[in-house]
This record gives sequence, C-alpha cells and structure tokens, in this order.
Amino acid sequence: MDESTGKSNGNAKRERLVVVGNGMAGVACIEQILKHARKFDITIFGDETHVNYNRIMLSSVLAGEKSADEIVLNSLEWYEQNGIHLRLGVRVTDVDPDRKTVTGNDGSVTPFDKLLLATGSSPLIPSLHWVKKEGVYVFRSLDDTRALLERARPGTKAVVIGGGLLGLEAARGLQVQGCDVTVVHLMDRLMERQLDVTGGAYLKAKMECMGVKVLVSRSTTEVLGNGKAEGVAFKEGASIEADFVVVAAGIRPNTELGRKAGLQVNRGIVVNDYMETSHPAIFAVGECVEHKGMCYGLVAPLFEQGKVLAATITGNKGPIYAGTVLAAKLKIMGVGVFSAGDFNEKAAGTDAVTYEDPALGIYKKLTLRDGKLAGVILVGDTSDSHRYMDWLRSQTDLTSMRRQLLFPSPVADAGLDTAEMPDHETVCGCLGVTKGSIIQAIHEKGINTLAQLKECTRASTGCGSCTALCQQLLKAVAPEFQEETRKILCKCVPFAEDNLREILRSQKLRSVQEVLDIYGNGLGCEVCKPALSYMMDMIWCGDHDEDRSARFINDRVHANIQKDGTFSVVPRIRGGVTSAAELRRIADVAEKYNVPMVKITGSQRIDLLGVQKSDLPKIWADLGMPSGQAYTKGVRMVKTCVGTDFCRYGVQDSTSAGIELERRLENLYTPHKVKMGAVGCPRNCAEATVKDIGIVGQEGSWQVVVGGSAGKSVRKADLLITVVTTEEALAAAELFFQYYRETANYLERTYGFVERLGIEKVRKETVYAPDAVRHGLLERLHKSKALAPDAWLERDTPRHPTQFVQIEPIERISL
Amino acid sequence: MSDTQRWVRTARCEEIPLREGRSVRLADRDIAIFNLGDRFLAVENRCPHKGGPLSEGIVSGATVVCPLHTWKVSLETGNVVSPADNLACVKAFRTSVEAGVILIDLPAESAEGQINVLCDERSRSTPWTAPLPSADTGAAKSCR
Repeated sequence: MDESTGKSNGNAKRERLVVVGNGMAGVACIEQILKHARKFDITIFGDETHVNYNRIMLSSVLAGEKSADEIVLNSLEWYEQNGIHLRLGVRVTDVDPDRKTVTGNDGSVTPFDKLLLATGSSPLIPSLHWVKKEGVYVFRSLDDTRALLERARPGTKAVVIGGGLLGLEAARGLQVQGCDVTVVHLMDRLMERQLDVTGGAYLKAKMECMGVKVLVSRSTTEVLGNGKAEGVAFKEGASIEADFVVVAAGIRPNTELGRKAGLQVNRGIVVNDYMETSHPAIFAVGECVEHKGMCYGLVAPLFEQGKVLAATITGNKGPIYAGTVLAAKLKIMGVGVFSAGDFNEKAAGTDAVTYEDPALGIYKKLTLRDGKLAGVILVGDTSDSHRYMDWLRSQTDLTSMRRQLLFPSPVADAGLDTAEMPDHETVCGCLGVTKGSIIQAIHEKGINTLAQLKECTRASTGCGSCTALCQQLLKAVAPEFQEETRKILCKCVPFAEDNLREILRSQKLRSVQEVLDIYGNGLGCEVCKPALSYMMDMIWCGDHDEDRSARFINDRVHANIQKDGTFSVVPRIRGGVTSAAELRRIADVAEKYNVPMVKITGSQRIDLLGVQKSDLPKIWADLGMPSGQAYTKGVRMVKTCVGTDFCRYGVQDSTSAGIELERRLENLYTPHKVKMGAVGCPRNCAEATVKDIGIVGQEGSWQVVVGGSAGKSVRKADLLITVVTTEEALAAAELFFQYYRETANYLERTYGFVERLGIEKVRKETVYAPDAVRHGLLERLHKSKALAPDAWLERDTPRHPTQFVQIEPIERISL
Repeated sequence: MSDTQRWVRTARCEEIPLREGRSVRLADRDIAIFNLGDRFLAVENRCPHKGGPLSEGIVSGATVVCPLHTWKVSLETGNVVSPADNLACVKAFRTSVEAGVILIDLPAESAEGQINVLCDERSRSTPWTAPLPSADTGAAKSCR
C-alpha cells in the first residue's frame, strides 16, 4: 500500500508506534490515540487485504442485507489523512522485544518504539483434519464470507457446527441465500452462554419457524467424505448429509506473537488494568488479550479497552479498564435476542422475574440480587434492552420499581421515551456512547444526519442495533434532521418494502400471517396487510396462500365499498367500446336489482352504484361481463379515442391498440391503480399523456409515455420510448408495467414512482435494459397474467361460504 | 325480552373466517362478530365516526379498522383507539361459544343512544394492565 507510505513526514523525533492487526480493536484504539495526540509515527500491519471493516456486520453481508462496501469503517483516505502507513496483506511473523523490531512474512523488518498487539482471534477448529477437506469453511473474515456466498447456492445442504451467536448468524445468512441449513450444537440449548433453558427453547422455536433446522446435544465427531465434505457424523450415532460445512464452534485468541515476544500469556496475552503487557514497550488490545482471567469475544470491550490504552500509551495513564459487563445481541432480522450479565437465578439471594408469551415468541427474564439487576435475557422483543443495560451498569436500586420491571409505565409516544432517558444512559452499547454525549455532539457540531452523528460520535457503527434510538434523538434534538434510512412499510413489520420483497422471495414466505409472525409483531394492520398481500400475489403469481382477511374489503368482495356500506359495480368495457347487447344487459340488471344510480364514469365505463353485497354474485352473473377492477389497486382501463376507424385525423388505430393493451394487462394487481390511455393522434383526445401509461399515435410511430396523472396530482407523462409498430408499443408498455409492479412501493402511483427514480433510470431498466432483463420482465408478467383470473368468477366458486352472504341469526329474537 | 333470554344463539363458528368479521342482525341491532382465532368478539356494527360497517374492516390484533376512514376500534372494549384521544365508542357485547355456536349477550335495553356518545368515564387502559378476557367471554361493556 504505497499510497499511504508516501505521505510519511519523516519526522525522526516522533515515536514509532507499530500496530499488528488492522481490525476493529487496533484501529479503534488508534482513533482514540489520535484524539489524545498526534505524537506517533504509526504503521499498521493487517494480514487481510481489506481496510478496517465492521466484522460484526459480516452476518449482514452473508444475509445479503449489506454489501462489503457498506461495512467499511475506515476508508483508505482516512489512513492517508492521518499519515498512517498501512501494510495490508502482510502477516507479522516475529517480534524481537529487545531490538524492538517486528518481522513480516514479506521479509520486512520494521522497528518500533511502542508495539500494539491487536491480533484478534481465530476460529476454533475441533479437529484440524476437518478443514483439510474441500467444502469446510469458517466464518470469520470478509474473505470467508465471500467464499461462503460463492458456495451458497439455492437448494444446497449446509451444516453449521456451533449454535452460538456466530453459528446462528451464519446459518440464517446461508438460509437467506437459499440453502437448506441445519445447525448442530454440542450443548443442550442454543447460545448457552447467553441464554437459559427457556430462552434457548424460544430461540430454537424461532429459528425452526424460519426454516433453519436445529439439532442440539450433538457432538460432531467427524466431517464425512473423502477429500470433500459430504456430511457430518455424531458421537451419539447417526449422521447427516451436507454439501458443505461451516465450523463456528468458538474462537481462540491469537497469542503466538505474544509468546514469541516472551510476554506473559495464559489463554490470551495478559494485560493489567492499564492495558500494559509484561513488557513496558508492548501493549495489547481486543480479543487477543486476557484481563483478570477474561478473554472477550464481543465488540464492546474492544472500545472500552481502546480508550484506556490510548490514555496509557500517550502518557495520560490514569483511566483503568475494569472489565466489561457483557451484553450480547443476536443480529438476525426478525429474531430479537439480547442477553447481559448473570442470569443464573439459582445463586443465593437471587430473584428471577419472568414473562412469557409463547404465541408471540416473547420471553423476558430479569435476575435481581440485593434489589439490583444482575442479569437479563430478552427473546422476541429486545426493545427495552438499553434500559436494562443501564440498570445493569449503574446498579440502580430497583426496589421501588419492582412492579414495573418488565412493563415500563406507559408513555404517550416513542419520542417521550428518549426524552425520559437520563443523559448518562448508554445509547450505543458497542461504542459506549451515552445519550448526553450524543445530544452534546448534535448541539455543538450542528449535526443533522445519522451519517454525521456516526462520523462524530461513532454511535451506531458497531452492531447497528441502536440506529433507531439515535434517529429518535436526532429527530428530537437536531433542528434540521433529515431521515435518510429507507422508509419502513409500517411498524408492524419494520422493514423497507424492497427488503420485504426480497425476504418473501428468498425465504419463500407464502402467507401474510407467516411474514407477520416471523418478521413482525404477529398482528399486522390496515397498512401492512394489504401491502404484503400485494407482494405475495406479485411474487408468487397465485402460488401462495391467499388470505382474504389481509385484504381490504373491496378485494374481499371485488366491489367498491360506498359511504353507506353498499357497493358499486363497474364491468370491464375494454377501450370504452361496448355494444347494444351489453348495454341492454346493464339496463336489465339496473332494473332487476333496483340499482339506485347508473353513471357514466370518467374512464369510459358504466358504474352501478348502491348495490347490496349479497346481490353482487347474481349481478355479475346477469351481466356476463368481467370485472372492471374499479375497486382495487390494479389495472383500471385503457381509455381510447376512435383512432383511424372513424376520425378524420387519426393516424394510428388507437382503439384496437387500447383494447389489446387492456386485454394483455387486465385482472393483474399493481402497487396502486393503473389507468391507461391510447390515442390515435397527438390531439390526445383520450388524454393519454396524463395517464399512468399512455400510447400516443403519430404518423408512422407510437410514443409510449409513463407516469402521467390528472388526479390529486397533475403531471404530464414522461416519454419512455418512441417505436414504429403497435406491437413494439405494447411491449414497451408491458415492460414498464411489470417493472412498476416489481419495483414500486405499495400505494405509490406511477407519477411518484417515475419521479422518484427518474425517467432515465426507468428507461435503462426497462426498454433499454439488456435482453435478458427485458425477457425476464415479460416472462414474469406473462406468467402472472396466465394465472390471474377474472375476480368475478368467484360468484361461482366463493372463497368462503359467507363471502357474499348475509348471515341469518340462528335464534330469532323479537323486541 | 326477559333476563333469562339474554344470551342469543347467533352464528356458527365456521361462518366467520379467521381474522374476519361478519354482521348479523339481531332485533334492531346490527352486530359485527369477529373471529380472532382463539375467541370471537362482537361489537355494534356501526363505526362511531360515520357509521361505517366495522364487520368489513381489517382486523389488527384485537382491534378492527373501519373500511371507510380507517378509524380503529377495540373489539374488547368498543373504544375508539385511533384517532387517539377520541372518546367515542361502540357497544361491545359479551360472547361465548357452545357446541360450535357463537352466543351473544344481548342486554335487555334498546340500542338507542349507544353510539356516537362520549364516554368520559371509560377507562383508558393500557395494553399491559388490561385484563385479558378469558376464551369464552368478550370484554366487559365499558361503554354504557
């Protein structure tokens, strides 16, 4: 990495600080040192070839939630700006504590005045024979993650050995990639270091509910296969098949350099409260150290140790490291697990307070000693974790709060919750950032965005679980706060819609309730249920569990509810072209059922208003016409002009083209209603340029326009493409239509959608997309279309016996 | 109607799909019955806002969202939950299930004056202090 070495200022008087390890611990410590003083000439060795990234977010990379770029913590520019010599891809193989040099595996010998060992830890491999086989992986670094992503193909069988934090996160990531995953765990419960028996059972149920198989109390003795992993065998007998195996059975501190340097080493490199090793010029930090008999494998201690070490090494010795109250949070979307402190209720003088809701999968347990919180376990709902963590750290006397330990006194809104947090309370547990310091930073540095807050305080750059809290604080305090995260669908399922679509697809979720149970609050509401119903239908094309209870009433009975509880009926009249016979049937129906109002709509159709629900099936049958979908977020109509048939100005046959367009798209559902228009000349009599999709005939060509609107918003449509033939125009319309179906958020009209994305992007991803992309869009559209029936056929085959029926009471009563 | 006739055999359980509602007319009342999976709840089928048919609404936990203007009504108490701080309510009826039939406890007095009234005395209970109704009874009539 010569770009950074070139910046050396060659000041000979500066002390040379060499850091072995370019991971989170080493770099976080350097960040702290730089805050104290810029007195060192710093060189960092990293045996990986990446800049410092957020290792604990690797599971998010594996699960496809984040890209490798998104988890970078320090860019190359950062190293450069701080004058740090970065030696990537060089493993330090030896330390000479007397000559004060380190030797790299590239043969380089680098002198130091002070040495910082931040060598981290390595995966614990129960038997070295295993990893010699092809198809056996560990999950520790970005390269490991990339290798796993490469290997994880849908349908392949993966076995993860180890049911701790890392193993479970790996399992979930692989499952999201489509693998058939089994977790094998030695102990009788998952995450036994963080959970009690009950908590472990709740977690197991949740994992199994997501489709990850879990085997506990299984001691893996062998990876089967000759030279290549084919399965794993257990001491208890039996074995299971595997296409590949991930070993996540724990970690061990990397202490080799400490030993070579002659330092005191037990399980880890021994340090005192000042983070000094047994050699005055050598320091150590992070997962490679042992402090008071403890080796840590979580992120919070790194930062606490780094702060102390930075003070010590810069001549500000004083602050001591007193150990860390460990808190573990499982980072699997939809599975909340939090654990901290000592949760063993059997210890003398310990009370346990528990709460369980098996249906919702929620389990909470607090252990109390002398009226103070000793430990906490939260499964299924971790929203209060920061409060418990604060009680644990501050050792608040909880005697007076005993009645409200698990249920905080109600607050009117979430904002108040943050207002009530004391300033000393920790918001970001990973980096130890308090509410007070965040608010101070917001005021003093004029922070308005989460990115600025991260940059300035480092809050939420660890596991990210406090992001929502940070945003709440920003919202409450920052004058010009702009929310930058993608909008979530709704608080019942707090994910962005594109995220949810991906979840549905990859997790093969085929019912709305399943999504709510696994990823949401299990309840759902009028916002998320119809949105999820739409996604289901769009993604699975009918091959899903259609749950009418999750649909708005209009989509339960295929008619538009009116203010008095009656319904309106609009049959499909393609292109606005009807016949005497159809009109006669409509008139007959209006008379027979005493329809209070018959109205010509703005969409060249006829609306029968004031119909009773129980009459709907009979009316549809009498009409003998398909549903006009006037009640739903779906294909409404194609409004047409008379084109070349009768008009003396028409240059294209817009009537036929419009009818054909309507035929191709009718019965399909869309994020919001889709109104279309087809006009035979630029006079635009059918107003195609203010429709969601319009085709505008010109001499010898068609213009296809999208994103128009003449409702709540008035917007002239953007030109998508100009083509010669009618077939090309229809195909372009189809491409945009399917792209909108797959990409827009629910209830987003095309005008908002096109404006949000920009027409250039829309063009690039539809009509100007590569062949394969266009074929894919059309193929999925045609598949959906083939499986989309006329909704009014439910008159013959209702979804439920009482779908249209007014229930008569069994027992009649009179007043 | 005498006191002994209060519980009225109303509908068969299977007539009301899971997490949906259906309306039944009992004397001069239109009652919405909901199937919550583990229990059936019943309220007056008229949203206190503009009289919308609650039975056609989307169920969200133990509340229903009126299909007309998305007012949210608790099926346990009949209280309007959203818009917040709205004191309107609908009448909630006790329910029970016997041999696959839903029974509704129809109080003797007429329905007149039960809707569109402000119920200042009603308790604004929070989710964690509200007593969970047992499987065979709807919640108490807090709106009287």
